[in-house]
Amino acid sequence: MSATLRTETGAAHAAILGVGAYRPRRVVPNAEIIDAIDSSDEWIQQRSGIKTRRFASDDETVVSMSVSASQDALAAAGIDARQIDCVIVATVSHLLQTPSAATMIAHQLGTEQAAAFDISAACAGFCHGIALANDMVRGGSAGYALVIGVERLSDITDPTDRGTAFIFADGAGAVVVGPSETPGIGPVVWGSDGEHYDHIRTPDWRDVLASGEPTMPCLSMKGNEVFRWASYGMAKVAQQALDSAGITADQLDCFVPHQANNRITDAMARSLRLPPSVRIARDIIDAGNTSAASVPMALQRMIEDGDAKSGDVALLIAFGAGLAYAAQVVVVP
Amino acid sequence: MSTEEIRAALAEIVNEVAGIPADSVQLDKSFSDDLDVDSLSMVEVVVEAEEKFGVTIPDDEVKNLKTVGDAVAYIERNRAA
Repeated sequence: MSATLRTETGAAHAAILGVGAYRPRRVVPNAEIIDAIDSSDEWIQQRSGIKTRRFASDDETVVSMSVSASQDALAAAGIDARQIDCVIVATVSHLLQTPSAATMIAHQLGTEQAAAFDISAACAGFCHGIALANDMVRGGSAGYALVIGVERLSDITDPTDRGTAFIFADGAGAVVVGPSETPGIGPVVWGSDGEHYDHIRTPDWRDVLASGEPTMPCLSMKGNEVFRWASYGMAKVAQQALDSAGITADQLDCFVPHQANNRITDAMARSLRLPPSVRIARDIIDAGNTSAASVPMALQRMIEDGDAKSGDVALLIAFGAGLAYAAQVVVVP
Repeated sequence: MSTEEIRAALAEIVNEVAGIPADSVQLDKSFSDDLDVDSLSMVEVVVEAEEKFGVTIPDDEVKNLKTVGDAVAYIERNRAA
């Protein structure tokens, strides 16, 4: 006997309705980093643009930072936690492999047993999450979704590694995605390049344990190779995201790339030939590279500083370990 | 293109990327020690050079290009005739 299943349909359009961020209390200037890597404040600033970053204290956990950022996003959106149907968390530094961080966050926020899961797309995770939430709201599997990017990279950064110690940092950002009368999230352009699986990675836990001297599984990165891929390859992806949304560089108000390195941002902006009127996120200068958290944190910062206004058109792009990348154009709430 | 033409065009790229006077980009100069081109700027120079001269310069090769002369010689060897 054949039966036809009933299916669901969602909203015609989805949009980001509110943005929130959590910045750890402790500010760490370059002066605190340089001795262990035999470097200087000037060297770090020249290579990355970073002046200070924030490291989380013991009580600023992946879950607690996410809850705080999410509460701000919910308040900005005017949405109650009980209206959230799905919580998506992008992170590489929830060191409890299972269960996910998302279920605990959904619980602590007071959702009504919202669907909740973590995604593993490293620095690109937040823009992957936006793509998922957009499709959920439009597909009908969620009325409202929460997308969180959160990291405590200080837990998995080797303070003596000259290639990473000055870059990585901690923080959280969150957005509420929900129905909209007009399109607020453009088509995602995303992909992966697994040939370069080892360009940015942590070691396998089994190798760490077999080494006889168990240490935290710290991130390592082939900096020059990643710089080349990000600066030039990702500009093409960003352009595709603009083209897919039917937006020209002249129509763009804000550029919010993953805050990987100011020099990558500079190179991408040059390649994209962004007009001077486009405001560019530079949160990295005092937030460092917070991987999955960097795009929502940078967006929140631009909104707070008045650099991103409601209705502005913003290009988001995130890229990192995998290698994985995702980009889309959004309307600022 | 002659060796001098390649050097001059490369000097323009180094000038654009790193702000170093094109006149100082001579064959015997080391990118890092004499011209103060750091590793990230070197990546940018390489990518621009690939486009300009129609060559491919893999990541593994970049570390062998210590002097301007090394880079010019590599470009001469690998340029499509």
